[in-house]
Formats: sequence, structure tokens, C-alpha cells
Amino acid sequence: MNIHEYQGKEIFRRYGVPTPRGIPAFSVDEAVKAAKELGGSVWVVKAQIHAGGRGKGGGVKVAKSIDEVKSLSEKMLGMTLVTKQTGPAGRVVKRLLIEEGADIKKELYVALVVDRALQKVVLMASSEGGMDIEEVAHKTPEKIHRVAIDPVGGLADKDADDIARKIGLSEDQVPQARDIFRSLCQAFDECDASLVEVNPMIVTGAGKVVALDAKFNFDSNALYRHPDIVAMRDLDEEDPAEIEASKYDLSYISLDGDIGCLVNGAGLAMATMDTIKLYGGAPANFLDVGGGATAEKVTEAFKIMLKNPNLRAILVNIFGGIMKCDVIATGVVAAAKQVALKAPLVVRLEGTNVELGKKILAESGLPIISAANMGDAAEKVVAAAKKSAVTA
Amino acid sequence: MSILIDKNTKVITQGITGKTGQFHTRMGREYANGKNCYVAGVTPGKGGQDFEGIPIYNTVADAKSATGATVSVIYVPPPYAAAAIDEAVEAELDLVICITEGIPVRDMIRTRNRMRGRKTVLLGPNCPGTITPDEIKIGIMPGHIHKKGRVGVVSRSGTLTYEAVGQLTALGLGQSSAVGIGGDPVNGLKHIDVLKMFNDDPNTEAVIMIGEIGGTDEETAARWVKANMKKPVVGFIAGVTAPPGKRMGHAGAIISGGKGTAQEKLSVMEECGIKVTRNPAEMGKLLKSVL
Repeated sequence: MNIHEYQGKEIFRRYGVPTPRGIPAFSVDEAVKAAKELGGSVWVVKAQIHAGGRGKGGGVKVAKSIDEVKSLSEKMLGMTLVTKQTGPAGRVVKRLLIEEGADIKKELYVALVVDRALQKVVLMASSEGGMDIEEVAHKTPEKIHRVAIDPVGGLADKDADDIARKIGLSEDQVPQARDIFRSLCQAFDECDASLVEVNPMIVTGAGKVVALDAKFNFDSNALYRHPDIVAMRDLDEEDPAEIEASKYDLSYISLDGDIGCLVNGAGLAMATMDTIKLYGGAPANFLDVGGGATAEKVTEAFKIMLKNPNLRAILVNIFGGIMKCDVIATGVVAAAKQVALKAPLVVRLEGTNVELGKKILAESGLPIISAANMGDAAEKVVAAAKKSAVTA
Repeated sequence: MSILIDKNTKVITQGITGKTGQFHTRMGREYANGKNCYVAGVTPGKGGQDFEGIPIYNTVADAKSATGATVSVIYVPPPYAAAAIDEAVEAELDLVICITEGIPVRDMIRTRNRMRGRKTVLLGPNCPGTITPDEIKIGIMPGHIHKKGRVGVVSRSGTLTYEAVGQLTALGLGQSSAVGIGGDPVNGLKHIDVLKMFNDDPNTEAVIMIGEIGGTDEETAARWVKANMKKPVVGFIAGVTAPPGKRMGHAGAIISGGKGTAQEKLSVMEECGIKVTRNPAEMGKLLKSVL
């Protein structure tokens, strides 16, 4: 789960990480009110969407008067912001963060991530802040410094200071950075984050180290113990199909092809998409119905897939282990009838009770195309999608 | 021979009174020598009771000392699963197989840290378990698709493992052991560890290694294969079509920061002499071609 920058900064403040003063705004009036409340003579109007690259896309602007705050907010609220991370469709801006202007002398990069090989959280920092960090990692990997954090003792002072010096902070700034690093580590741990990123962390003209941005991702497996974080979820930032699927405990991700896939198991679901591509088609979605799919779950999965206007054909690929093929077949038949399915449907069943499952499909009277194996299934569904695209 | 478990292994089910624990203990007991293998269950507070004749103990340590079991399988719900692993490690079991899906990463980081320097080996979490065909099955895989033989299978994904096993069996190729290492980012045995075991197992002739997007474990394993493996290895990586930044079902299956793409993994595997296929329907055929 992701949250907005202004919510991330609320968490930062709770942990003592210095941030500029700022107030979220959901309307132009609120934005103007926020700017007046903050006072001063320079404000930053920042679009709040769950994607990076906002500055380049026109989602971060400096205002030098209250009138300018007003005109920028009018422009930004409701605009579709396209950044490197949003994809070509972009995101509609519905929330703003009005912040006091910052006097930026130096831009740094700081992040915390889980290192799978070390099986520890790692603090990463670089002197090259404010830029696309993936590019920095690619072109100048020596400019990214890392240190692993002890799961029991936390970040050692020595390690924190070492990193601070490596990213070019002066001796009087090192203690500030140490406190910030330690606070970030504590926030990461206590909030069950999977990513914390500050890009940029800045040094101000007065020599103060401040977090100018705040990005959090959280471990969805741990949300059950963080109702306060769950309350920050913004459904406007998520794909409606994915939200609907999650209600039924289905794992669904929209893609831009035209062949719907319904599969049990994440690995097999990815492999099914790959096979479709290999035979010249394009998957419309990733959909894992999980190990314990019922007829009802399969029906809901069909409904979600069918809401996609690009859908031309559907492939059901099930390797029944604990899940029995006859149960799946019953679910598929019930779903096809309930939703009055028109798109061609290819079904490949394998595993427990496969013969019974195939019999149920054959006797259903539905025009189901049955497939002998994954390759056969992919070939048939790609052909069916092409044919249905021609007739549509 | 086989790896990790065989017909003489004695198993404790942790979480034996839950619905999932009951179901899979029953299935495991019905498979091959399972009747003699599943010797104990653990549910705190239910010691002294039994599950269909299998005695239940309050702790893993009690279950171990009463039965001599050396392996446990965990079906405990996610909030308590890491503590269940810790308990098995404290009891000094040889192997813990954690089936539970959805354990917070923070819990696993702490548990893995506590396991450093301990003798217990962890398989999983979020994995289907492991099977030595015609001997013993510990986990949630369907037993009947397997056939005893000489091909080792190691995979991060459950149903994709079944797919590979199903293809092998259909071609008449049996398996020495099939191991699901699980789809979580912080876990126990990795591809490289299981490949080492297959390399040392006299009854394994060749190995299918199945990976997916996310992390760099497959690359690490491939480099080890190039330097050390005496047996042919073939491979498949799921997720060529997966978009970056999206978690594809498994917590570990995510391309982040441009790292962990299927293409990158396939290239490294090929460079290391592992024959790969981009068509998962042909994993079995590919393995047959290297025998």
C-alpha cells in the first residue's frame, strides 16, 4: 500500500524527522487558506498523487504571492498529471500540499529498503538527490552508499555518521543526519514499511538538514496491525478493478492486452501470460484466484475481467491440486451462464478430478474451447482473440 | 535417496488443530509412508489430546522429545507463524517447512536473524512444501501427479511446480524430490541451496529450476551452477510480461528499480550453461533433451 507525500510527512514529524511546514488542501479555497496560515512570501504547490516524477510533469510549482497560490491551485486541481511513473493515462490530481518555500543549498537522496540477499533492511544514500535515482545507480553506482541495519540493535551511530560523510555533509551536519537516519529506521520498522524514500533530502542555506519529500510503501501482509495506516489509503489512486478483486481475495492486475486470464497460483498466472505473449497475443490482466477458489469466486473473477472493454477472449488455466477440477468447471459454467458470456472462452484443466471437470464443461452446452495443455491453450486463445477482433 | 526428507522422516504438524493443518496432515498421512511419518501435532493448550490418533503436544520441544521427530510443517496463521518457526528452531529440529502465506516481512527479518548460527534449516514461508515421491509428502501439493524417479525440481511457485512435475510424469520421467521454496522476499532455502543438495544426491540426474521476477536469487544460483554443478540444469522464469512496480501475487514477485526482470535472469542462466525455455509448456521436454 502507498500513501501521499503529505501523509508520509505526518509520519516523519511523529518520528522527529524535520520537514518543511505544510498543509494539505482538497480545494482552491483550502489552498489559499493554507498559504495564509503558513505565512511567509514563498510557497510550493505540490500535486499529491501516488507516483514519482511529479516535478518534471508540472505537478510541483513555486508561488510568490497568495494570488499565485490560487491560480496554480486552480490549474493543478483536476489536471491529469502524466509522469514517468503514471503511464500515458496519467492521474487526476485531487489533493494538493501547500508548503512553505525551502532554501535549497544541496539535494541528497536517502532511502530504506529490504535487501533480500542480506535479509535485512538497508539504508541507501547518495549525494545525487533530486534526480532519477535509477539513473544514478546505473551511471554512477559508486555514488550510492549502503549500510545494513541490525534487526536487533538498529542503525549504529558509526554507520550513520559514515554514510553522512560519504554523501558530502559537513561535520556540523553529521549529527543532524544521524538523528534523521535513526528516526527513519525506527519509522520503517514500527510502521512495517517496505520502502521509505526521501528524494530529495536537502541542506538549507542555514545548514539545516530537512526532508523535502516523503515516500512510503507498506508491507500489505502487516497492515492488519496498522489501522492508522490503512486509514490513509486513497482509493482514488488505485485501479477500481484491483480494488473490486481484493474484496474477493483475488489477486488482479490490469494490463493493456485483450486476452483475459484466470489462473490458480501466481507463478502459473505469470507463466500463462508469458505463453500468450509467446504465441503472439497480449494478456489483458494478471489474475490469481488462489488455492481455495470457490464457484462464487470464479464468477466474481469473470465479472471483473468482463468489465474491461478491450477484452476479446478469455483463457482459464487451472492446475488443480487441492482445488479440484470439477469444482472449477462448475464455477466456470455457472459464471459463463450468469454473465451471458459472449467472448470466446478457452479452458485448460489439469490435475485432481480432471476427467470429471472436462465432462462438466462438455455437457454444459456452452461453446467452450477446451485445450490439452498450456501451449495448446495459448495458441487457441490467441487465434480466438484475433477472430473476435475482426468480427467486433 | 532424495533430498531433505524420505520415508523415515518423522514430522510434527504445528497448527494441527486448524482447518488447513488438519486437512493437509490427513492428506500427508494418506500418501505413501505418511502413516509412519506424521507422528505428532502441536497446538498450545491442547497437549494430551489427539488428532485422529496423532498425539498433540503443547510445544515443539515436547513433541520432539516424545516422538524423536526432526522435521516440522507449519500451518499456523500469519500473525503467529514467525513465532512458530522460532519455536521449532529453539527445539533444534533439522528442518522446518513453513506453508503459511502472508507473514509480515519484519517478522521474517527478525526470525531469520535469530536463526543465524543455528542448526535448523527453513523451507518457505509461503511455499507448497516438498515431496519425495512414493515415500513422503510434506505440504499442500497433490501427491498423485508425482512419480518416483531421478529428476530434481526446485521452484518459487506452487502451481508452476505442479505444472513441471505433471509434464515430467506425462513424459515418463519421475522425480527424486520436488521442492517449493516459496514466493516471499525473505525466506529460508534458496535455489542455490537446493541445487547444492541435488548435486550431492546420487539419485538425482538432472534438475529443473523454476524462477520468477524479483530479486537476484536465480542469478546467484546460475553462477554457482556454472562453477560447481555436475548435473544438467534446465530452467524457466515466469514474468516476461510482468510490468515493473507491480506485485504479481507473490510478495517477492515484483520488478523494482529495474532489477529482477525475467529477461535478465534468463540471460544470466544461459550464460551459465543452463538451458532455458521461454515456453512453460515445454519444461518437461527441455529436461528430457538433456538426459
